[in-house]
Amino acid sequence: MLGELFTLLITSVLINNVVLNQFLGICPFMGVSKKASSAIGMGLAVVFVIVAASIVTFGLYYLVLAPLQIQYMDLITFILVIASLVQLTEMFIKKTSPSLYQSLGVYLPLITTNCVVLNVCLQNIEQQFDFVHMLVYSVGTPLGFALVLYVFSTIRERLDACDVPNPFKGNPIALVVAGIMALAFGGLAGLV
Amino acid sequence: MDRKKNFTAGFLRENPVFSLYLGCCSTLAITTSLNNAIGMGVAVIAVLILSNVLISLMRKITPNEIRIPVYIVIIASLVKVIQMLIQAYAEALYTSLGTFIPLIVVNCIILGRAEAFASKNGVLDSALDGLGMGLGYTCSIIVMSLIREILATGMIHFTNPFDAAQVLFELRLIPEDFVISLFSQPFGAFCTFACLAAALVAYKDHQAKKQERLEKKEAK
Repeated sequence: MLGELFTLLITSVLINNVVLNQFLGICPFMGVSKKASSAIGMGLAVVFVIVAASIVTFGLYYLVLAPLQIQYMDLITFILVIASLVQLTEMFIKKTSPSLYQSLGVYLPLITTNCVVLNVCLQNIEQQFDFVHMLVYSVGTPLGFALVLYVFSTIRERLDACDVPNPFKGNPIALVVAGIMALAFGGLAGLV
Repeated sequence: MDRKKNFTAGFLRENPVFSLYLGCCSTLAITTSLNNAIGMGVAVIAVLILSNVLISLMRKITPNEIRIPVYIVIIASLVKVIQMLIQAYAEALYTSLGTFIPLIVVNCIILGRAEAFASKNGVLDSALDGLGMGLGYTCSIIVMSLIREILATGMIHFTNPFDAAQVLFELRLIPEDFVISLFSQPFGAFCTFACLAAALVAYKDHQAKKQERLEKKEAK
């Protein structure tokens, strides 16, 4: 049991990495990775939103939607839960750390449309996880996101000092870097 | 004239994928084959046109403070309808696109167009804008999937979306021994995307320089 959970954790953090393997959450990945400090802030905000959203949507699905047999309402319910949680996080960060709020800018409300959040909620149901597996999966996935976001932002800080061909300046060269990172993470597939 | 300009903006000048970086997640993930790209493109066009029309119809009665939740509920209902239709009529497509069909809800192009265009313009203009942007997105993913599929498998392959066993079109361009299967993996997705985005930047620079030269000539 414990070993199985550990495998699930490693798989969701490293092997099936959300950004590099499943291509989810590319927008904030490109948008907030210019500075390492805002990358950490964004990573933590996403971890919080995903864990909270998973628990709430998991409960709603099995306690409300399934007994009433209105499972087709899942998308609408989930997205509303996520939107309100993001609003809550935004208010919290604005109060506690105005400087972080400034540096995250428009990407904070955009966590609502971060595909990672919705995907984790949908996968929890689709994979028919029980509560413990659900918890491990929804902690591991955003941790993988935060890890890759942080590593990527440190590379990007160095990238500013490099002489890049003109059309590749900015986002295109960052995408090439992401591709090379994906290649490196592909090597971890043999871990489990 | 203005309408035509709005309609064509999505193709190159304001291409949603390669110049605005909207909807990159699905672009990177589902462009492994032409089939997926066309299926996804059609689904996104349908959702985009319908959501633009509905939001434009409701723009006068939607209170400004809660407009985003209203938009997202409209989009989520439309996506659920499309998802159920695909599941019922095109099982193979449903399996290969997988989780990316429900994720159309969080495709930034759709919410972006709702906020930037449909909430301020009439029904007909919004429908045209949806069609134009949707076609821009579809063309981008088709180009990308063609490049990736040809390099990774050496052939163009297109099956009937309603019946996976029926092959409509098949053409081998590169002998099997010379294909680069890396392009069907994440690395290939990121690299193809980067090169296409860079090509668009280079094209725009070229156009801008041409314009500048023309203006200088006229000034003389």
